[in-house]
Amino acid sequence: MKQSLLEIKHLNKAYGENIILKSFNLKVEKGDVVVVIGPSGCGKSTLLRCINALEDIQGGEILIGGEPISRNAKNISTMRQKVGMVFQSYDLFPHKTILDNVLLAPIKVQKRKRNEVEKEALELLGKVGLADRKNDYPRQLSGGQKQRVAIVRALIMHPDILLLDEITAALDPEMVREVLEVVISLAKSGSTMMIVTHEMAFAKAIATRVLFLENGEIVEESKEPKAFFESPQTERAKKFLKSFEY
Amino acid sequence: MQNLGLDVFFKGTNFLRLLDGLWVAVRISLISVAISIILGIAVGVLMTSKSRIIKVVSKIYLEIVRIMPQMVLLFIVYFGSTRVFRWNISAEISAIIVFSFWGVAEMGDLVRGALISIPKIQYESSEALGMAASQTYLYIILPQTVRRLIPLSINLITRMIKTTSLVMMIGIVEVLKVAQQIIEANRRVSPNATFGVFAVVFLLYFLICWPISRLASYLEKRWA
Repeated sequence: MKQSLLEIKHLNKAYGENIILKSFNLKVEKGDVVVVIGPSGCGKSTLLRCINALEDIQGGEILIGGEPISRNAKNISTMRQKVGMVFQSYDLFPHKTILDNVLLAPIKVQKRKRNEVEKEALELLGKVGLADRKNDYPRQLSGGQKQRVAIVRALIMHPDILLLDEITAALDPEMVREVLEVVISLAKSGSTMMIVTHEMAFAKAIATRVLFLENGEIVEESKEPKAFFESPQTERAKKFLKSFEY
Repeated sequence: MQNLGLDVFFKGTNFLRLLDGLWVAVRISLISVAISIILGIAVGVLMTSKSRIIKVVSKIYLEIVRIMPQMVLLFIVYFGSTRVFRWNISAEISAIIVFSFWGVAEMGDLVRGALISIPKIQYESSEALGMAASQTYLYIILPQTVRRLIPLSINLITRMIKTTSLVMMIGIVEVLKVAQQIIEANRRVSPNATFGVFAVVFLLYFLICWPISRLASYLEKRWA
């Protein structure tokens, strides 16, 4: 059988008594754009954080390319390089220039040559329209620009899968678009992604698969995103989607 | 114009003596500052520990330093320890002990504050890029901590330099004590020296502390 890019088996995650994910299962194949939606507290962000081993898990297994990723394993750095992550808050390193933000990990973690990475970094920054800001500091950029840099910083590591955790939630509406357009062009180029978002129009436009979560469980799953957003099968998902309409 | 009493500086070696006194004050503060920074960083890192015992001990230490006037500490170390333990600690060493005791506590608290002020997301986004814990500290956390720390610790340094004037109370002849001696010796011939000499002392403190304070605000702006 073909090896899935990401496989989650019986994942259990709890904060103390508070159970977040209950025996969660998921397979993601190369080229999938999985959009995860659901009400606050349904465990969608926690799910992404578990995949990148930012959280301790209480049971189950997360395999990336067939290899387990675990917080305390020796190969954690190698495994994390396969998973790119962009967070909700602008998480650039404030003491480094835009270019250095992007270059730091490839040089220090992957031990790549500076001039080679720099060339790629400028190319990627150019693609998101920020090559001319390379010597600026994060504080000089708008939220949307920072978020685009954060995407480039994740991409330059050549991850197998990119996790986007509500990356537009802290942005002004106008900036949302410039960030999401970058993500859409990534999806077109065949990147594998898992996206947690509250932007339903965006979700509809980009998803190849949709997961609707509640209380740490998949309530509805669809490989036909258009159909899902127009006529969800479960009552719960119907109600949730309805809350975005006025 | 009123006689400001500046003539006393041209008598004998008065001005040189005053500078000697200044050097004593600066020397005590420099040594104490060096000790405070080195031990303070260690104590600050310790203070971020989750251990209850360490938390309680550092809290008590910090409170003692905050509540106790430095002069009382000087008296305890210099006079008290001699009586009770028969230790013969020189005045200057006593002063350095007290100032370091004070500085380590304050520096430790500054380091602790700077460390916990770095948002958790900074650690996480560094980890998410595959950086090891040591790399995260070296490239991400420490540079940001130091930037937050430098203006605050420079502020502590100037306060220490100013507070060294207390050490004359345990018999150290530093700048203020020399100033008093000069005034005393010339009380009859130039009574106005009491203004001129103290004004010069003020100026000397200013000349030392002002550049340090400027440096702090420069760094604060640059790294804002």
